[in-house]
Amino acid sequence: MNYLARRLVTFPLILLGVSLLVFFSIRMIPGDAITAMLGTEAGLLTPVQRQALAEYFGIDQPAVVQYGRWLWGVLQGDLGLSVTYGRPVLAIILERFPLTLELALLSMVIALSVGVPAGVLAATRGERPADVVVRILAMLGQSTPGFVVGLVIIYVLSVYFGFIPAMGSFASLWSDPLANLGQLIFPAVTLGFAFAASVTRISRASMLDVLSDDYIRTARAKGVPARSVVWHHALPNALIPVVTLSGVEFGYLLGGAVIVEQIFALPGLGRLTLDAIGQRDYALVQGCVLFIALNFLIVNLLVDLAYAALDPRIRLGAR
Amino acid sequence: MYTKLSRTAFAGLAAALLATAGLALPAQAANLRMAWSQDATGLDPHAQTAFSSLRLLELIYEPLVRNDTNLDVVPAIAESWEFSEDGLTLTFKLDPDAKFSDGATVTSEDVKASFERLLDEATGAAARSNFLSIASIDAPDPATVVFNLSQPDAPLLVAMASINAAVVPAKAIADGSVATTALGSGPFVLDSWEPNSREELSVNANWAGGDIAYDGITISVLPDETAILASLRAGQTDFALINDPLVATLVPNEPNLQLNAVPGLAYNVLQLNPSRSPMDNLQVRQAISCAVDRQDILDTALVGEGKVTGPLTMPAYASDPSTLFCYEQDIEKAKALMAEAGVDGFSAKVIAATGEPPVASAEAQVLQSQLAEIGINLEIELMELNVYVDRWLAGDFDMAVALNGGRTDPYPMYNRYFTKDGNLLKVSNFTDDEIDSLLQQGRVETDIAKRKEIFQQFEARLTELAPWIWLSTSNIYTAQLKTISGFESSATGTLFGLTKVTLGQ
Repeated sequence: MNYLARRLVTFPLILLGVSLLVFFSIRMIPGDAITAMLGTEAGLLTPVQRQALAEYFGIDQPAVVQYGRWLWGVLQGDLGLSVTYGRPVLAIILERFPLTLELALLSMVIALSVGVPAGVLAATRGERPADVVVRILAMLGQSTPGFVVGLVIIYVLSVYFGFIPAMGSFASLWSDPLANLGQLIFPAVTLGFAFAASVTRISRASMLDVLSDDYIRTARAKGVPARSVVWHHALPNALIPVVTLSGVEFGYLLGGAVIVEQIFALPGLGRLTLDAIGQRDYALVQGCVLFIALNFLIVNLLVDLAYAALDPRIRLGAR
Repeated sequence: MYTKLSRTAFAGLAAALLATAGLALPAQAANLRMAWSQDATGLDPHAQTAFSSLRLLELIYEPLVRNDTNLDVVPAIAESWEFSEDGLTLTFKLDPDAKFSDGATVTSEDVKASFERLLDEATGAAARSNFLSIASIDAPDPATVVFNLSQPDAPLLVAMASINAAVVPAKAIADGSVATTALGSGPFVLDSWEPNSREELSVNANWAGGDIAYDGITISVLPDETAILASLRAGQTDFALINDPLVATLVPNEPNLQLNAVPGLAYNVLQLNPSRSPMDNLQVRQAISCAVDRQDILDTALVGEGKVTGPLTMPAYASDPSTLFCYEQDIEKAKALMAEAGVDGFSAKVIAATGEPPVASAEAQVLQSQLAEIGINLEIELMELNVYVDRWLAGDFDMAVALNGGRTDPYPMYNRYFTKDGNLLKVSNFTDDEIDSLLQQGRVETDIAKRKEIFQQFEARLTELAPWIWLSTSNIYTAQLKTISGFESSATGTLFGLTKVTLGQ
């Protein structure tokens, strides 16, 4: 508990650092909301017109003043207004987040339910055809970019089945679970494919490592059935690196899967952030990045807690 | 036990995959399902300039007049108009049936308030520069508007056909809701908008322009154009805007799809910066013009989609490109011009934006190889659009590959770059007395035949001085299911033609 409290105390500090970094770095890239909106036509504005627009977009003050104003708002739970949407940033993020969370969970379920058994299979069939096939597939999965997998899926579905998941209008899990699953399953498979490949490789390597440990030899010598040795004795210990990997990967997925969201036209956090950067919607970029950072912190904390659950020898907070 | 569990999970997944693959979504028969990759960026018709924003706003708002598919000026809110003899007043009679979607009649007060807002610097309207000749506006009765001009301004009427000169309700201006409510007198009403995701439009029952054969339009933002094609192919989208010529060329391969292509007014151009050496040398610029094979660039970079053009892209004024200076590639002449200029090859940087237009980097590469033939070594600087725009506006480049917007009239299209008080002079870095004088003559001349003559001289002179190397127009594409009929494309890119569409089965 002491450990947990100590970790939680660092959260605001890390978030403050992240906010500083994103606040000033996005203002360092050339262009602002005005050129983002008007493009080359921005050159036709008179200085008075430009000033009026800068006031409208809230970028007429020096960056430090803007940061102070923004931070004061954040402390009161107000992440500011998005100039693109004309609505509170937090409301927009919370609207997009369920989809991102669902997609991340679904991809993880696919990745773990395929990756772990495949890794175990490969490890126990060392150098035999099953192992080779799994390793080739895993290599393929890791080295094929997500956009290729996504486009191939869309192409195959539309050309050979005359079907693609409905895009553009997104059905939420609550309003229409079946349509929701229909829209998310293919993106989730796309993301899960690469994720499963890494999981397979890690679980195979880790399993091979554990299977050569003394306690496994002992268990085998005592006549424990082979299947039980693998699943009950070896797997839990082999899972620690898988948990680490999944934690990191899950953290990334919660930040939104930009390319897959782009291809399948899913309104998730990744596209929200990308569009916000393109439109120089500063408040929205800041809000999104802060939110993503917070997710990462929470996921990391959960991963640490999971270590302790998987291996009682690990005591959190021990110096 | 563990194996059983994961096997069940597998089976569950497989079942889910099959179940969703079999799902056929019920067709919403009476709505046109449209898709585009770039969403509108805002709702204020006076402030927006992005292509998608204009296309959306043209469905919701109306200007006083509009361009038909031949780019002739035809009535919209105004049913008739007249310039005075001296060209100093322009009087409009409004259509008595024109109503905003809330049922209120469009009055001369709305028109007056709209133009005053447009001219107010605080509005930040980029199109304001086209309306500076308006000295005052009178509204003698609810159906009559009189614009008093400070000088004759023939292109004014054409500028008024832009949705940037839309008439918005005076009360929306008064309560500051123009940017948020989209209350217009156009054919559709915007029911909902989730930026970067979707728009829902329904037919405006009060529209004066006639009946529409369906109930509304659902616009989906599908950021990837390959996905748009897939969606059309699967029959889940009826109508779509396509930007990428490569995707457009795939459309005709599909038996159930139709591609509509029309040469747009925008032009692909290689902008030289005549304020930098050696582009300040006329012969060097002319050499570049002669070394460039425009048709080759069109064929390679734009996969043949578009046509070679001079500065004027509107059909009513455009010259035959073969009559313009060095429009046939002539390497020998180019080398001779370089030698005359005393320049023995040089290096220069060319800026291009990533993805805007999609062909920019391909164009830059073809230009690089063509100019290498006369000893010019081009270094390509690719950058994000916003970064590019900043550099472009500051005139901070040796050369720039650009896709510049066109207008239906030559004067507003080029006065910003090439008159001595043009507000984009920094971008062109180029003035010439004769060019300036021709533009001024074209501005005040109201006789169409005389204007054509003036602008032909302008075009010939401009290509000979070669501050920029005009290359080609790009096509504007829409793709649709063959079951949809009646859509008319326009060089302006407007989707107003959707009002005449019928949805088949």
